[in-house]
Order: sequence, then C-alpha cells, then structure tokens
Amino acid sequence: MSLSLLTYIVVGLSFAVYIGIALWARAGSTKEFYVAGGGVHPVANGMATAADWMSAASFISMAGLIGFSYQGYGGSVFLLGWTGGYVLLAMCIAPYLRRHGKFTVPEFIGDRFYSDAAKVVAVICLIIASITYVIGQMKGIGVAFGRFLEVDYEVGLSIGMVVVLFYAVLGGMKGITYTQIAQYVVLITAYTIPAIFISIQLTGNPVPQLGLGSTLVGENVYLLDKLDLILTDLGFAEYTTGPRLSTLNMTFYTMSLMIGTAGLPHVIIRFFTVPSVKDARISAGWALVFIAILYTTAPALAGMARLNLMTTIEPAPGQNLVYEERPQWFKNWESTKLLEFEDKNGDGRIQYNADPNTNEMVNIDNDILVLANPEIAKLPNWVIALVAAGGLAAALSTAAGLLLAISSAVSHDLLKGVVRPNISEKSELLASRLAMAGSVLLAGYLGFNPPDFAAGTVALAFGLAASSIFPALMLGIFYKRMNTQGAIAGMLAGIGVTLFYVFQHKGIMFIESTQFLGSMPANWFFGIEPNAFGAVGAIVNFTVAIVVCKFTAEPPQKIYDMIDELRSPNH
Amino acid sequence: MSNRTNAYWAANIRLIIGLLVIWFSVSFIAGIVFVDYLNEFRLGGYKLGFWVAQQGAIYTFLVLVFVYAWRANVLDKKYSQGDDS
Repeated sequence: MSLSLLTYIVVGLSFAVYIGIALWARAGSTKEFYVAGGGVHPVANGMATAADWMSAASFISMAGLIGFSYQGYGGSVFLLGWTGGYVLLAMCIAPYLRRHGKFTVPEFIGDRFYSDAAKVVAVICLIIASITYVIGQMKGIGVAFGRFLEVDYEVGLSIGMVVVLFYAVLGGMKGITYTQIAQYVVLITAYTIPAIFISIQLTGNPVPQLGLGSTLVGENVYLLDKLDLILTDLGFAEYTTGPRLSTLNMTFYTMSLMIGTAGLPHVIIRFFTVPSVKDARISAGWALVFIAILYTTAPALAGMARLNLMTTIEPAPGQNLVYEERPQWFKNWESTKLLEFEDKNGDGRIQYNADPNTNEMVNIDNDILVLANPEIAKLPNWVIALVAAGGLAAALSTAAGLLLAISSAVSHDLLKGVVRPNISEKSELLASRLAMAGSVLLAGYLGFNPPDFAAGTVALAFGLAASSIFPALMLGIFYKRMNTQGAIAGMLAGIGVTLFYVFQHKGIMFIESTQFLGSMPANWFFGIEPNAFGAVGAIVNFTVAIVVCKFTAEPPQKIYDMIDELRSPNH
Repeated sequence: MSNRTNAYWAANIRLIIGLLVIWFSVSFIAGIVFVDYLNEFRLGGYKLGFWVAQQGAIYTFLVLVFVYAWRANVLDKKYSQGDDS
C-alpha cells in the first residue's frame, strides 16, 4: 500500500473518531458548553489537559529545537519551563480558581478585583495571548496536511477548520474534552513509537529515556559521549553542557515559560471541568504524568536524531557522504526546502560543521527532526502515517482549547458579564456557539493570511500570560490587600514592558525594519533575550501592583470575605 | 476569619513553600546555576547535571504535585471536621 493512501486512511480514521465523539457529546447548557458540566473525571481531565497543552510546537518543533538550535543542554529551558509550570498551577492557581466555581479566568479577576474594568483588561490579555497562539496551530494543520497528504496548504487548512468547527461549536467544552482524550492517545502513540524503534536501533534499549544514557550497539562508548565528541570535533558546542546565551538568560527563560504556563487561560479553564477542588489538585498531577511521557521522550529523540544525522553525513571522520549517494529522505526534504545543501568546495561531498564559511548544510529546519525521523530510521510506512495523524491531533486539540477560551471570554465575560447581564441561558448558549464559530473563522482567516509575525507568536503568548495574567491571579489569591487599582496598573505595566522589549527587538507587531533599538545592543537588558522577558514583565507587574495598592483604598469587606472563603478547608 | 480557617491556611502556605523550595532548587539551582558542578558526576551515560535538567527535574515535579495533592487533602480533612462553614 502506498504511503499517501495509508496516511489518508490513518488520518481519516482519526477524524472519524473526533466527529463521532462530537455527535455523542453535544452541549445542552451553558455549563456543559463552558466547563463540560463540571463532571469530568480527574484522570480524563488530566489527559485532555495534556492534549490541550501540547501543541504543534511541542509535537513537531520541540525535539528539533533541543537537538539543533538550542544545541542540546540549552534546550532544557523548554523541558523545565513547560513542565515546571504545572507545579505552580497545581499548588498556587488551579485549586483556588476551581473553588471559586465560575466559568472563566477573566470572571475570577472581575469578581476578585470587584471591577468590570479589570475583567475587560483580563479579557484583552486573554484574547491577544490566545489568538497569537492559535495562528501557529492553524499553520501547523495546513503544513501537516500539505506535507503528508500532498494537498494544498489552503485545502488542508479548510479541512482542519471544518472538523474543529464541527466538534467545538456542537459540543463546546464537553465535545472538546472527549475529543482531546482521543487526540492525546493518537499523539502520544505517534510520538513514542518512532522513539522506541530508534532507541532500540541505536542502543538496544527500548526505553528512550534510558537509551539516551546507554552505550551504543556494538561499541563500548556512551551515546552522549560519542555525540559530544563528534560535535566538538566539528566545532559545535558540546551537546551536554552549552547553555543558551548565559546562565542568567536560561534562568529567566525557564521562569518565563513556567509562569506563562501557569497563567495561560486555556489551560486553567480545564481545571473548572472537574467535580471538586480535590479533583483539581490530583488532575494537575495526572496532566503532568501524560505530559511528562512526551517531555522525557523528546530529549532522547533529540539526541538520537542528531547523532543519526551526524553519522549519516559523516560515517567516520573525513569520510563525508557523497552528495549523489544521499538517501531518499534527504531528497524528499530537500524538495520542501526545509533541508538545503550547497557544495561550497565543489568536492561533491557533504561537509557539515559549525564554521559558516565551510558548512554546506546551509539549512536544517528544526521541524524536520520529528517529521523525518521515521524515514531516517527506515521505519515502516504505517509509522510515518501515524506521525502525520499525531501532528494533526496535537494542533487540532490545542486550537480547540484556545478557541473555547476566546469564545467564552467573548460570550460569557463581555456579553453576559458586561453588556447584557440579563441575557437568558438559551440566548447565551446560542451566543457562545456564534462566538465559537466566529473565532474559528478568524483563526482560519489568520491561517490563510498569516501575518509576518507568526513565527514569533508563541513566545509572545507566553510573555503576555506570564507578565499579565499570572501575577494578577497570584496577587488575587495570596495578597488580600490587593485592590482594583493595583491589579489593573500591574497588568498594564507588565504587558507594556514585555511588549516594548519584544517589539524593540523584533519590530512593532513583528514587522521587519521597525525595530527601534537605537544605540542599544541586542539583548541589552542583562543579556536577556526577548523570549525570556516575560519573567521581567512579571516582576514589573508585581512591583507596580503592590506600590499602587499601598497608595489607594483598601478593597471592601465583601472581598475579604470572599478570599476567606477561597482559603477555607474543602470538604 | 475563624481560627480554624487561619490555621488551615497557614498550614497550606507552609506546605506550598516547602514544596516550592524543592521545585526551585531542582530546576534552577541544580538544573541551571550549578549544572557544571553536577556534570562532574555521572549517572550511567548521562552527566548528572544534564540528566537533572532534561529528565530528573520532570520526575521531581511529578512527585511534588502528587505529594501536594495528598498533603492538601489531609489538611482539608483535619481542619474541616466539625466545621460546617
């Protein structure tokens, strides 16, 4: 059976499952639409959270980022940051917001800071963070379809939109929850099977997490030692030690991703779907279990694939691969321009090293690592088909979660919360469906016409969540005296500073040539790169909020009572 | 706020701070700041610091979240007995 036919069958089957679930799990009330009725089992919610959380970036790009751009150890920022945030979420955020018992994150901020203005600021932060994030997912859907099913980007994107539209509009959070569970199963299977095969091929150990620390088959040398040796011989940084820019930058980068994780609304609202506070706590643990399966496999995949690539191009020192004898996968990926070779010295062989003057692998896109891995390791076609379905599952599940966060902010927080408080349940449900359809269409539009800044958006989403929503939630829960003025000033200052630093480096709205660095060197603030700036924005937010709060009126007594209620024992 | 609720909240904060100290030490102190020192030790084919940053910290986070869920439930039980609020 041909690869593309097999891929159609596997992807088609997975889509049939998602649509079947949507028909079964229709939402009949706003409670079902926003929080799946509040009756989701904590393990099921953990699995859905994992799929919600792990996006096309985690599935397709992360291992490549670790293996190539961030040179091994430097990639630890993603591994530490995107898992460590769950510790904060589980202890400092999720249980108290669940206890408050409302439907959305802005709703909590509006109640706690007794102000529609604070709620609207939170809605704006949420919408900016979620929309920037969703563009990346829509692009991922179009690209995955285009590469594996050989249909046009636009056709692929349209198919993806119709499927999301169908189950998200029909089922709301309820439909999304159960499809996300199915999507988790698809994506984790697709991610781990190639990793297991490659680990066996290289080390004989079927567990990739152990394989990375094992010796190579037929050699008495550890895999990582060999990789370090090959890379340093070619002038690259040592795989297991080189930090990303500096220790301080790595610290801030990791912290930004951690607190961004704990402040992203589409993740937080997943914890509103479980029956109790107790379930919210344990559910965060289950989410992390399901996430950790992928996140501990990714570094193994990264190291092994990097070694595979190095030894394919240069099997022994000085014996470089002859270009005409390159394997089929090399040719396939060259045609997509994600892999580019330029014979600089004209010897017909491939030189790959760290010196830009003699390196002939002029482009190795990070995304190749996961997508091409099954081909590099000569795995059967059904594994490649599975990886396609897995990439689509990762992008679809995250897109759906983000779209729900956006539509509930519009229909519940803005329409019902501020504009028309007396709206009936039935009309609100209709409005939330319309808002969902609108969000899907907007995301689709942005997918068809991706703004120039698409590549920088995930970092911006984390920076925004880290510098605005996370501090507001922390102060709301842990600092009783915090008032409206402090919270609003803090959120605006945090977001403002973060946007300023990012735009100063990458251009206003990421438009080239509008960088306004002036005489400032790049990363001028203690050598911290823009992606790592969310933590600085959060510090600004906390500081401004506390100072403003000291000089303005205390919150009313009913707010103190409300916080006491949040802080009392659960039973 | 009743004394019982105060005591419950204080116990909860102590629990969180204790666990976050471990969280911070493993990810930032061991995984980033003192990683070069830890790299002088080995765990099989892994340098220890590299292993902590790419594997060990994640396993620690898992343990922390489950320990919190367990201890917080114990606190709930202990402080909610005989109190209907």
